[in-house]
Amino acid sequence: MVAVTETLQTINQLAGTGYKFGFETDIEMDVAPKGLNEKIIRLISEKKREPDWLLEWRLKSYRAWLSMEEPAWARIVHPKIEYQELHYYAAPKGPAPKSLADVDPELLNMYDKLGIPLNERAALAGVAIDAVFDSVSVATTFRESLAKVGVIFCSMSEAVREHPELVRRFLGSVVPAGDNYYAALNSAVFSDGSFVFVPRGVRCPMELSTYFRINARNTGQFERTLIIAEEGASVSYLEGCTAPMRDENQLHAAVVELVALDEASIKYSTVQNWYPGDAQGNGGIYNFVTKRGACRGRKSKISWTQVETGSAITWKYPSCILQGEGAVGEFYSVAVTNHFQQADTGTKMIHLAPNTTSTILSKGISAGRSSNTYRGLVRIMPRAANARNFTQCDSLLIGNHCGAHTVPYIESRNQSSKIEHEATTSKISDDQLFYCRSRGLSEEDSVGLIVNGFCRDVLKELPMEFAVEAQKLLAVSLEGSVG
Amino acid sequence: MSGTAHATKFLDRVDVASLPGDQEARQSALATFFSTGWPDRKHEAWHYTDLNARMRSFADEALVTRTLRPEFPSVDIPRLVFVDGVWDKNLSSDSLNFLRTRGIPEQKAGSSPIVALNAAITLDGADLKISAGQNAGTILLVSVGSADGLAIAPRHRITLEKGSNLTVIEVIRGAGRYLHVPVTEIDVRDGGTLRHFRLQEESQDSVHVATILATIGESAAYETFTLGVGASLARSEFHVTLGGSGADVQINAAQLLTGTQHGDVTTIVAHDAPGCTSRQTVKSVIDGSARGVFQGRIEVARIAQKTDGYQMNQALLLSDSAEIDSKPELEIFADDVKCSHGAAIGALDPEQIFYLRSRGVSEQEARAILIRAFLHEALEPITDDVARPLFEAAIQSWRWGASG
Repeated sequence: MVAVTETLQTINQLAGTGYKFGFETDIEMDVAPKGLNEKIIRLISEKKREPDWLLEWRLKSYRAWLSMEEPAWARIVHPKIEYQELHYYAAPKGPAPKSLADVDPELLNMYDKLGIPLNERAALAGVAIDAVFDSVSVATTFRESLAKVGVIFCSMSEAVREHPELVRRFLGSVVPAGDNYYAALNSAVFSDGSFVFVPRGVRCPMELSTYFRINARNTGQFERTLIIAEEGASVSYLEGCTAPMRDENQLHAAVVELVALDEASIKYSTVQNWYPGDAQGNGGIYNFVTKRGACRGRKSKISWTQVETGSAITWKYPSCILQGEGAVGEFYSVAVTNHFQQADTGTKMIHLAPNTTSTILSKGISAGRSSNTYRGLVRIMPRAANARNFTQCDSLLIGNHCGAHTVPYIESRNQSSKIEHEATTSKISDDQLFYCRSRGLSEEDSVGLIVNGFCRDVLKELPMEFAVEAQKLLAVSLEGSVG
Repeated sequence: MSGTAHATKFLDRVDVASLPGDQEARQSALATFFSTGWPDRKHEAWHYTDLNARMRSFADEALVTRTLRPEFPSVDIPRLVFVDGVWDKNLSSDSLNFLRTRGIPEQKAGSSPIVALNAAITLDGADLKISAGQNAGTILLVSVGSADGLAIAPRHRITLEKGSNLTVIEVIRGAGRYLHVPVTEIDVRDGGTLRHFRLQEESQDSVHVATILATIGESAAYETFTLGVGASLARSEFHVTLGGSGADVQINAAQLLTGTQHGDVTTIVAHDAPGCTSRQTVKSVIDGSARGVFQGRIEVARIAQKTDGYQMNQALLLSDSAEIDSKPELEIFADDVKCSHGAAIGALDPEQIFYLRSRGVSEQEARAILIRAFLHEALEPITDDVARPLFEAAIQSWRWGASG
């Protein structure tokens, strides 16, 4: 793994006389020896001054992980991940670029195309923190106004310290410690992430975004997010941003848990544009994510919207467990793969209660030599009378060296439920292209326009400012795929 | 017990070493089968059909002997009859000119343990060769399972030379608790047309796993319809390769399940040449605590530009404990293609029943009319005058609500 090698080289350079096990404080962060064992987990827990129950939970997850096998069912190919070669606590950072002048021109070029304001570019490119514009005060203002209405929005570590009873009650209640290989790994070693609690009857006054949370940077490769909306509460949460982030960890295994109680609603939007590797398929992030929401309450609603354009490998199935009567689950997804990217993504809708409904809208676009798979499950259990599901999966192929696959699983055990599923695969038609070209658009602009039209139904689910950025992002991601 | 353990117990009754033909091939096929044994949910291709669990009763329960010779459909066409997997001269028409496979499979087993099992224990089968340009009319192919505890494994082969035509009506019946694993190898060469109608009315105690391995040549056509009403567990698995440009395939099926029946229709349609068309319509009507399964995959290879693939599967659930599992897959590697699939699952519409009731139709009859209407789309393409009444009669006599 390239990133690991680089990291190790960096440590060796920094340590001068070779790397010794133990902690080093002379570089930016504490460094734990590589590899994973109970000692490391105790250390992580101790460093974060966690209570005993959390340490026990981590250890339980670790033991579960040990007995599990890496899943092989997804349509992805990658070299074996050497888990014992990774750092699990604060992987040492390479030297941050001192100014934008030190940043990869490719990256700057992309920022330009996405129209990202100059002062933000530095932050995104990971320019040393003190050089970054004043985001701290912005964040603080936001936090104050949130606190006024009783919304808790902080880092997971903070939540463990300040709201242990909430964390203890909900952590792992949607994605249990031993849920799957990557979730178990995350549960054992998770670094940090967001914690959101919206109390009864409160409509969160603003869109919450990791972007505005000061300690959001460097939450690391094992992010853990927990969002709880109490009875009648509602919240919209944005994750990631359209701009490519500089990241030194090649493996990411995040877990996101959502809990919606009676009549609560959670909207979770993601734009993921991590490094996808170069045009030859070298490098890039491996993204193995477990995202799941529990609609526990009556008429609760969870809506996932994702725009996935980055990462060399995307393995991600944001799901809804519809436990409360009349609960609603939604999944809107655009997944773009270009060059050698591989995406295996989709959703699971588990209908447990009567009158539950779910909607799945998935748009996959493959270009270059990439592989793009929709994999989804709709399961209607016997108690889920009058459940309803509608699924639409469309794939668009650009060029003749990519693959587009659809693998839906549909299971119904209740006769009063209705399930509809449609899937199509097509290419950009010559007529559409000709129409745009004859009106003076370049070929790339034409493709961008057509692709945006293809994704419209999903993009319109994004919060407005996100949607505008996402449109640009689609066009940029597909550059070089035609002509 | 694992799938292999059950298989050993079951196969103790079959002395493979004493079977005729290429012993080496049989033993290697047997080894392939034993590398998995009876497949269960751990095998992705058997995700919804746990054959191992169903075979447990075959291995463990005491066998009851009961022999019964079922009747044949009285149709006036040449017929070939196989009783317990072996050609029965007395029951077959003597006018037919055909060869017998006599336990020699041509096609390799691939990864299917059941095709391997067939290769290991098959004794006989029809080998039909239609010469170039010939219109060979219609043949009735009857399979009868007649006794408990048997493993019946015919291997049929149907070859259509260039530009020839044939219609095969397959009727599969039986009495007793037996395992029937027929494999049919089909080769339709350039410009040929094979129509293949299958009526599966196995004994309600039997297990039926049929595999159809077909290759379709340039501008050739393969049209097949399967109606499944019998067996305690039934699976019809189609592997169809469109190997020449302009080939056309239609796979339609309907299954009517009740009691504790398990019915599975699995199709893999591989578009390996440009400009081919495939159409699939699969309908399931499920009552009692029966379970229906549909798995369908359309594979489009890089070379198969201008592919037109369509697949529809629908299920009607008639009771609270009925279950349907469906997995329609697309696997596309070519960009200039038109491929789509659709799935719909639901119950009879109470408003439609009300409409009929308000016109004096009894509840029972109203439901029967709506079920028949639901099946119509899959039956519609059957234009054959002999086949169609057979299927209509089987649907007519199917009793939903019966505890099979």
